Amino acid sequence: MSWIRITEAENIPLREGRTIRFGSEEFAIFNLGQKFLAVSNRCPHQGGPLADGIVAGDSVACPLHGWKVCLSSGVVKRPAEQQACVRSYPVKVVDGIVLVQITAERAEAA
Amino acid sequence: MEKLVVVGNGMAGMACLEQILRHQPDFRVTVFGDETHVNYNRIQLSSVLAGEREPDDIVLNSLEWYREHDIDLRLGVRITGIDAANRTVAGDDGSVTRYDKLLLATGSSPLIPPMAGSDKDGVFCFRNLNDTRALLERVRPGLKTVVIGGGLLGLEAARGLQLQGADVTVVHLMGTLMERQLDVAGGQYLQRKIEAMGVKILLSHNTTAILGDGHVEGIAFVNGYRMEADMVVIAVGIRPNVELGRAAGLTVRRGIVVNDYMETSDPAIFAVGECVEHEGIVYGLVAPLYEQGKVLAATISGNRGPRYEGSVPEAKLKIMGVDVFSAGFVQENASGVESVRYEDPSLGIYKKLTLKDGRLAGVILIGDLSDSRRYMDWLRTGVDLTDKRRRLLSPEALPDHGANVAELADSETICGCNGVTKGAIVSAIHERSIRTLAQLKQCTRASTGCGSCTDLCVGLLKAVVPEFEEEKKKVLCECVPFTQESLREIVRSQKLKSVQEVLDVYGNGKGCEICKPALSYMVDMTWCGEHEEDRSARFINDRVHANIQRDGTFSVVPRIRGGVTSPAELRRIADVAEKYSVRMVKITGSQRIDLLGVAKEDLPKIWADLGMPSGQAYTKGVRMVKTCVGTEFCRYGTQDAISAGVELERRLENLYSPHKTKMGVVGCPRNCAEATVKDIGLVGQEGSWQVVVGGAAGKKVRKADLLITAETTEQALEAAQIFFQYYREQANYLERTYDFVERVGIEKVRRETVYAARAVQEALLARLAKSKALTPDAWLERNQPHNPTQFVQIQPMEAVQV
Repeated sequence: MSWIRITEAENIPLREGRTIRFGSEEFAIFNLGQKFLAVSNRCPHQGGPLADGIVAGDSVACPLHGWKVCLSSGVVKRPAEQQACVRSYPVKVVDGIVLVQITAERAEAA
Repeated sequence: MEKLVVVGNGMAGMACLEQILRHQPDFRVTVFGDETHVNYNRIQLSSVLAGEREPDDIVLNSLEWYREHDIDLRLGVRITGIDAANRTVAGDDGSVTRYDKLLLATGSSPLIPPMAGSDKDGVFCFRNLNDTRALLERVRPGLKTVVIGGGLLGLEAARGLQLQGADVTVVHLMGTLMERQLDVAGGQYLQRKIEAMGVKILLSHNTTAILGDGHVEGIAFVNGYRMEADMVVIAVGIRPNVELGRAAGLTVRRGIVVNDYMETSDPAIFAVGECVEHEGIVYGLVAPLYEQGKVLAATISGNRGPRYEGSVPEAKLKIMGVDVFSAGFVQENASGVESVRYEDPSLGIYKKLTLKDGRLAGVILIGDLSDSRRYMDWLRTGVDLTDKRRRLLSPEALPDHGANVAELADSETICGCNGVTKGAIVSAIHERSIRTLAQLKQCTRASTGCGSCTDLCVGLLKAVVPEFEEEKKKVLCECVPFTQESLREIVRSQKLKSVQEVLDVYGNGKGCEICKPALSYMVDMTWCGEHEEDRSARFINDRVHANIQRDGTFSVVPRIRGGVTSPAELRRIADVAEKYSVRMVKITGSQRIDLLGVAKEDLPKIWADLGMPSGQAYTKGVRMVKTCVGTEFCRYGTQDAISAGVELERRLENLYSPHKTKMGVVGCPRNCAEATVKDIGLVGQEGSWQVVVGGAAGKKVRKADLLITAETTEQALEAAQIFFQYYREQANYLERTYDFVERVGIEKVRRETVYAARAVQEALLARLAKSKALTPDAWLERNQPHNPTQFVQIQPMEAVQV
């Protein structure tokens, strides 16, 4: 497991998301004011870019068809009958820099 | 047949009369009311003042009801005397009416504390529909308004007036708002919420005089401090109307004294409601009145037996966005009373229970009323809470509303105001084939009082009636539960200039993908240029000014006004398409060119290379004007469709609208550019233009309605502009012109646009011009991005370790 320094916190505007490509991984980092959260950028429905969605509380609505994904757990909340889930990544901000934790194998595999 | 005379046509009198009629007694009934209205729901007056309801919406008993029950209704007649010996009442119209039984439901009047100048012009009370109408007539944006009284009524009046745009200060004699229902801490929570809405509060201020020469100019306090005011509303409390009772020789203390059977000291006279005193208590809230009415109905109709044993006082503040509930006895300074508390300042939640002898004595809930029914049950039944002590404030969460309803026992009261149980509602639904909430109200009276049980009633209907039709006013979204019409008014009158402000003050503070774009439109349309543009509240298309495609890439459609382009423009488009390896170049259905499959980070470069403005093909806004060639080339043309179309597009381009706005201009009625199925169309004919609106050729096909026939091109363009601004201001977000025109009706649209007074038209045109002047071509953001990473692909600071 390793923490990767991504970008200055101010590069991710309040209540918006940004797409980050890191090796073969693509994830979306969101700035929720009190905290930053990151999930895999591809909606489990048809692969829509979650980083471009509108934030609703702790969730994001996919810009393509409005699937709602919880940003802290990665669980799909709407449609309710869906059991799908996206990968969520631990995020922290140190000295104004956003860091995301990526498993070692993945970082190496990339 | 006995003659029953009811004095007072208010909530208590009529609710009691409804109960009496249920006993089917042999009465001939006469009702006197000194107001000229039929019985209405007085506790909803604040929502009329706030503009959430119309006076007609709060009528409880229509004229038909009186007629159906053969009731002789005398409106606008004040009873001035009672002759108890001869059993007659005298009215101010000179009438003398005999009675066998007399029911006094005279209610109460506003209490006017002794202060100089309370008779000045501009001083109002807030007690009945006439007061409410007078206030609505007088109030206007910015009016300096002082509400004297920080109780339920004063706060509701203050909020209502503020929603009408007034600059409101509440002046309260005590150090705590609603001090009769709340404690000090609760009062502070409430105060913070009210102040956050923009109502100012002045506590511990004793008003001594209302100042001004004939008209109100200010008020003066005991401490010498003075304050400017254009309008003063006195809402410090109520005074029971007992004069008639006293004149009739009844025992009267603060109210007309009644026993447990609701009998007064005269066997032929009964009394109910705010004018009575039972066991030393005068009730000024709605639920006790209904409880009294039930007992009285039994007594007066010869079924004497049920006793009234007093009520648990219960109060709920009816201000949207401020949840306050209080019941029972909430002060903890009495001996043997202890309290249990929970508070969360940043969420604005405060809960306090007072306990005596292991039983609930009182409850205060602020910010979260979800448990109010449970606590009311504990209060009413006096259940021993010893084994619940650890979980008093943390109930098990109910999984959903349906389960909530299902878990209730049949004997449980749903509507506390009218005492209607779940069992009664369910059997009424079955026996009377009830399908709607209105029918349920009609049959059972449930939810016709304070309205706080409406959700439960709807829940029951949903559970029991499969074909239940919801008829609630359509709110924008759960995050901010107001109709779009109210929200537009709120944004305007409260000068709210950002989406987050609206969500913080009127909603859940979060918002979602439904309400945020709608609110973005509202603040932009209302405050265009002065609003705080919050891109996080916009759909991705409006963050990057391009249309997102299924693979996450974007499409680029430059503005080609009227569909008229040039070889040079076409060359640039072709060059761009090659340079950025655009996956597809397509002619759209709107006489434009679409470059499909563009990466977000390429957008600003493409726009710069094209050197053309945004065609807004991605947004709820002005799309384009489709034209035919008109007199310029066509041998049948009667009007210059191209010039008119290009000019129309130029005048409206860049603006947002409630939904997309597509237009067409054709030079003759052959209609080659399909103007009659466009949102706005100009159809040329010999010597004039027909301006048509509300056409559709999408999900729905609809021929546009004729707005007006204009003699000159300039008049036609102006009519289109006036309609467009009217649509911008009046339509709901995501409402196309064809739905809007159908909803409003083309006659009304004409009346309020092209047939409106010239001043109205000029005002619409001026607001349009102002918005237009402040709205630049969105693609210029390539030079001045809204934020540094608007189009930029962020590169991680650390590279991948290989």
